[in-house]
Amino acid sequence: MSPLAVEVEQVSKRFRVDGHIVHALDGVSLHAAEGEFVSLVGPSGCGKSTLLNLICGLMEPDSGTIRLQGDTLPRLGRVGLMPQQDLLMPWRRVMDNLLLGPEIQRRDRQEAEQEAQALLPLFGLEGFAQSYPSQLSGGMRQRAALLRTMLAHPTVLALDEPFGALDALTRRGMRDWLLQVWERFGQTVLFVTHDVDEAIYLSDRVLVISSRPGTVALEVNVPLPRPRIQTQLDTLEAAHIRHRLLTALGL
Amino acid sequence: MRPRFYRAFRQALPAVALIVGLLALWELLARLLDIQEWLLPAPSAVWSAGIDSLQLLWPHVVRTLVETLLGFAVALMAGLGLGIAIDLSPLLRRAIYPLLVASQTVPTIAIAPLLVIWFGYGLLPKIIVVGLVCFFPVVVNTADGLRSASSDLLALLRTMGATRGDLFFKVRLPSALPMIFTGIKVAITYSVVGAIMGEWVGASRGLGIFMLRATNSFRTDWVFVSIFVSAVLSLGLFGLVNVVERLLQPWRFGRQEHWEELSK
Ligand SMILES: Nc1ncnc2c1ncn2[C@@H]1O[C@H](COP(=O)(O)OP(=O)(O)OP(=O)(O)O)[C@@H](O)[C@H]1O
Ligand SMILES: [Mg+2]
Repeated sequence: MSPLAVEVEQVSKRFRVDGHIVHALDGVSLHAAEGEFVSLVGPSGCGKSTLLNLICGLMEPDSGTIRLQGDTLPRLGRVGLMPQQDLLMPWRRVMDNLLLGPEIQRRDRQEAEQEAQALLPLFGLEGFAQSYPSQLSGGMRQRAALLRTMLAHPTVLALDEPFGALDALTRRGMRDWLLQVWERFGQTVLFVTHDVDEAIYLSDRVLVISSRPGTVALEVNVPLPRPRIQTQLDTLEAAHIRHRLLTALGL
Repeated sequence: MRPRFYRAFRQALPAVALIVGLLALWELLARLLDIQEWLLPAPSAVWSAGIDSLQLLWPHVVRTLVETLLGFAVALMAGLGLGIAIDLSPLLRRAIYPLLVASQTVPTIAIAPLLVIWFGYGLLPKIIVVGLVCFFPVVVNTADGLRSASSDLLALLRTMGATRGDLFFKVRLPSALPMIFTGIKVAITYSVVGAIMGEWVGASRGLGIFMLRATNSFRTDWVFVSIFVSAVLSLGLFGLVNVVERLLQPWRFGRQEHWEELSK
């Protein structure tokens, strides 16, 4: 059996904020198999972003271990992070923003540019390669940020509320689009969201993180068949899952 | 091209109108009140004095411009260099930054005579005065600008495996550019005045010397001519910096060209 893409074992993390200690995560364990779509939901401030930062290698846990593809080697450069804000560089044109990963990895620019060019339609960015980010709409910026992450060729994607800043209507469209992209590339996805329906619609599995200190309060499989369609959220099965998630969230 | 030129014209119109109005008022008062020429010459008198003294003035202008440009170039390189060094080393920041700020309390006009004592009447002391005046805004804005980069963006690059060099050249330097140019603009504005101050304490040529000689011989019209010329020099250099700034940051200034409301 191939090793799990992501394994987090009994990870704890504390911060010192203005002299007092904030216990962000306490003994969190989770895993994601190769190509699995796993969502994390939880109240604001429960440590979801911290968890993704730990997995990406931006921070080290106080205790516990994190393994990628079965090893504990340095993680920076192996997990594609898409942060809560799009963080496109205003001084680069869209194409140059997209090629950030290949540039840092010292890959051949021409090849990477061809790859990016071919993916522009799927990401709804056709005709905007030479624009500056300030000329894009919110949805386009998020799609550009995800394409930038994808072009760095990570095997694991860590998406931190990628649609948090978008309106409800745009959000729905982006979900279907994200599933399309995921089905095509097959990466392992860790997806953080506040939106329970969004988590159910997208995921193979949903984890509920409890409020500080964050621990895994509930883990639910989502056996709805794929490809997913919006009406599946109205089925009894979905309602049951939603009920369990909301209960665990204390709502 | 046409509408752009027209827009620039409309932008500049209020300032131009104000200046023309003030000049007209000055001219009017000078004539109506019959003010003595050596006290306050009218703009028209200054203008004709300027035309007459063009030949006389020219070598002085060239000299001052050379001092200004050399001093500014030195300050720019030293300022950028030290700004970057301060940013790279927290120790250096703590050691040098307070010293830099304190150094600004020493008036340049007090240092200028010392420079003459140490380095004589040649080009060098003037370059140093200009350099001293221009150095501070460049260093401080460079050091602060490099710190202003978004820490989230830096983190994002690190997740892609970026080296320190990547972080510097791809994020911190471009993020710092607006502030660096603010520093450069402040510096260039003071640079010509710095050169003139350097000349006052001892020189054989330069706008400052021309100004002194004019004052001593009560040629007030020539004093005004040299003030006018130094202002034109400053504005010209400032304009040049603006052009470079725009060329280097198309994302900040080129926007209207691609994206504008159609109804306006
Ligand atoms: N770098 C840091 N330094 C200090 N404290 C931090 C840091 N990162 C996170 N924290 C603290 O850890 C706790 C969890 O923060 P985190 O950003 O992980 O929450 P979150 O679940 O992502 O919240 P949200 O849903 O609002 O984004 C917060 O109390 C925060 O103050
Ligand atoms: Mg967060």
